[in-house]
Order: sequence, then structure tokens, then C-alpha cells
Amino acid sequence: MTASTGSALDKVVASVDEAVADIEDGATILVGGFGGSGFPTALREALIRRRPRRITIVCNNADFGGFVYDEGLVRMVCSYPVGATSKPLLEAIEAGTVELQLTPQGTLAERIRAGGAGLGGVLTPTGVGTDFEAGHDTVELDGQRYLIARALRGDVALVRAHVADRYGNLVMRHAARNFGPLMAMAATVTIAQAARVVDAGEIDPDHVHVPGAFVDRVVEIG
Amino acid sequence: MAWTQEEIADAVAADIEDGWILNLGVGMPTEVGARLFDRAVLVHSENGILGVGAPPAPGEEDPDIIDPGKNPVTIVPGAAFMDSLTSFSLIRGGHLDLAVMGAFQVSASGDLANWRLPNRRGGAIGGAADLAAGSRRVWVMTTHTTKDGAPKLVRECTYPLTARGVVTRVYTELGTFDVAEGVFRVVRLAPGVTPDDVRRCTDADVEIAVPR
Repeated sequence: MTASTGSALDKVVASVDEAVADIEDGATILVGGFGGSGFPTALREALIRRRPRRITIVCNNADFGGFVYDEGLVRMVCSYPVGATSKPLLEAIEAGTVELQLTPQGTLAERIRAGGAGLGGVLTPTGVGTDFEAGHDTVELDGQRYLIARALRGDVALVRAHVADRYGNLVMRHAARNFGPLMAMAATVTIAQAARVVDAGEIDPDHVHVPGAFVDRVVEIG
Repeated sequence: MAWTQEEIADAVAADIEDGWILNLGVGMPTEVGARLFDRAVLVHSENGILGVGAPPAPGEEDPDIIDPGKNPVTIVPGAAFMDSLTSFSLIRGGHLDLAVMGAFQVSASGDLANWRLPNRRGGAIGGAADLAAGSRRVWVMTTHTTKDGAPKLVRECTYPLTARGVVTRVYTELGTFDVAEGVFRVVRLAPGVTPDDVRRCTDADVEIAVPR
């Protein structure tokens, strides 16, 4: 028993299944990772076991074939819906049972940041003059045209950390950081799986990538 | 003789200036990397690496050090990792001197189409639209024609665009071409390639610079 165990600030939960147990039907779920790097595999498996219905997944890459079940995934927001295990997803998109919202990767990142930062959206030059303008208002400022990309928030964010402390401070590893810090900001409930969970105070505050204020649950994966 | 893919990569690498920060697209542009790892440039990978190095030795792969094509890479001394926001701020904020990208089509006005074939649903954009819109320079490295012989250098792109009016230079097996206000201007030709060879497989005006 350490000072931070059982404290009102202690965010550690015992298992990934417990961590995702209250994710509801219709939820919008932000999922970190670029390909396998930073992808919260254990949380994804727990979510598939829970089988929520009519969910929206927001994830840069889209290896989400496991969510293609009756009334499972209904909407996929991503920049790159092609991957090692994306065949069922691509078939579902083709069949029209899953709606694909394809968003340039940088715009996806900024929309999520806006959601987490209390902004209504961002103005981006990306996609101006292309099909990516469809469904967007545009605005001209100082001679440059921008798309208005709306903020994006999730009911839940699933992210992967290398080390977490009991207060939810997260350290990511190498290029696995990618979308994790911004998604953690932009969800009502942020759940982090970590290879190792340590007591509060053990992570150098200078090394924190995600301050614990953005994290609600921490699960040690080992 | 037309250039081999290796020779195209040599031509691209020779035009890259020391001190630049650049991004190499998935596919053919990746080939340029091997010519840069011992040079004073930094290769950026949009998943969050500045300072990509050579491929790792077998058994040394790290799943958290990968390139945009998700292949394992290494990092060079002086490298930095960053989150996706910082990475795309680097791209759109004008901090990237160059993006080398592949293409399905590139127009004589610099429009780039490289993410989706027409009449197909889906498609995958990744970071291409941000790289094309945000980099200080966009160079295309591609074969001069499709497998079926259709020109990739065209007056107007008919494929869905990645960005409009951004490409300034194109490298193919036939030579190097500047995009110059509606024409492709020859910078250099591969040995034995004539201007007429280029014109025959280009669907736009090709201009030969006045010899000095």
C-alpha cells in the first residue's frame, strides 16, 4: 500500500474488461495508434468482448474488422482505412453498413485537439480545392482560403501508454505517442492501458506526455 | 536509356540541399531515403519522428519506430519523437522544406492526384493532403506513364485531387521536369531520351529550356 493507492485520485482499475464495462451503445470511441504503434490492443479486445452496438470509431488507421458484427460498428472516422486486418471493414463500407468519414490525417488530429481544447473547430488549408471540401464551409482570411473543420469529441478514448502512474499521468514510448495525447484530451472518459503502472511521484514531471487530468482510468497490461 | 528507379532516386537525392527537413511518401519516394541517411538532412515521418534512419538489422526492429508505410526504421542521432499534432504542425506550419510524393497524375499547373483512383469507393488519404498543402516544396517521383501506358503528366487531372497547384517538380524515368505555369519544362533528360520521347507519353505541353 502506497500513498497514492486508494486515494480519491487513484485511477487504477483491475482489468481491461472492468475499464470498458460501462461503454454504452451508440458511443463515439476515440482510439489511439498509428498502425500497431500506440494501438491499445488489450482495450480493443475487451471492447469487442463487450460488443457495444451502433458505435462510431475514430482512429487514424482502421484495422477494425472485429467490430463488424450485427449492429456493431456503424461509422468509421479515419484517414487510412486500409490495413492488415481491414478486409471485413472495407467490405462493410462497400456494402453500406458502415459509413466511412475519410479525413486527412492532420485535419483529424486538429479536430480532436479542438474537441479537447474547448474550440468549435479549426481552419485548415488542407483539402482546399479538392473533394475534401465536400460538406465543409470555407472562409477566406488574408487572401488564403480555409476549410472549417469541426471539433470532434468522443464519449470514450482508448489509448496506450508505456508507463502510467496511479494519478493517470502517462508516458508514451517513441513514435507510439501519435494520437494518444490529443485523444486523451477529447473524451468524456479516457482509458489508458499501460505496460507498467507506478505510484504517483515515480514519473519525472518533466517527462509526462499526458497529464493525469485528461485520464480517467488506468489498466496495467504487463 | 531511361533511368532505373534507383537512378530516379539518385536524381532526387542530388537536388536535395543539406540542411533541409523533408518527408518521403510511401512507395517510390522511400527509395530516396537510403541516399540521405549519412547527409546533413533530417527525414520526417508523419507518425511522429524527425530524424528517420536506415532500416534496422534483422532482429533489431522496434514496433514503435516505424515509417509512414509502417515498415520498421531506425532513428539518427539528434532525432526527436512527437505526437501527431506536433507532427502535422511541422508539416502545415511551413517547417518542412520538401515532401517527395508519388502520383497517379500530376498536372502542368501543379495539381496532384495520388490517393484514390476514379470510380472506386473508399481510398486512403493518410497524411498526403496535409503534406501536399503544407510543405514548402512538393516534388513528385513517379513512373512517366501507368502500367497501361497512359500519361501521368497531364494538362488537367481527372483523378480526385490531393491538393491544387502545389507540385513544382517531377522526376520520372525520362528525366526531371519543372512545373511551369501550364507546361512541363525539361530540367534534364535521362541519357538517350529525346524531347519527342517525352512528348509522346505526356498529355501536356513539354518545353525545352534554351541551351546555355
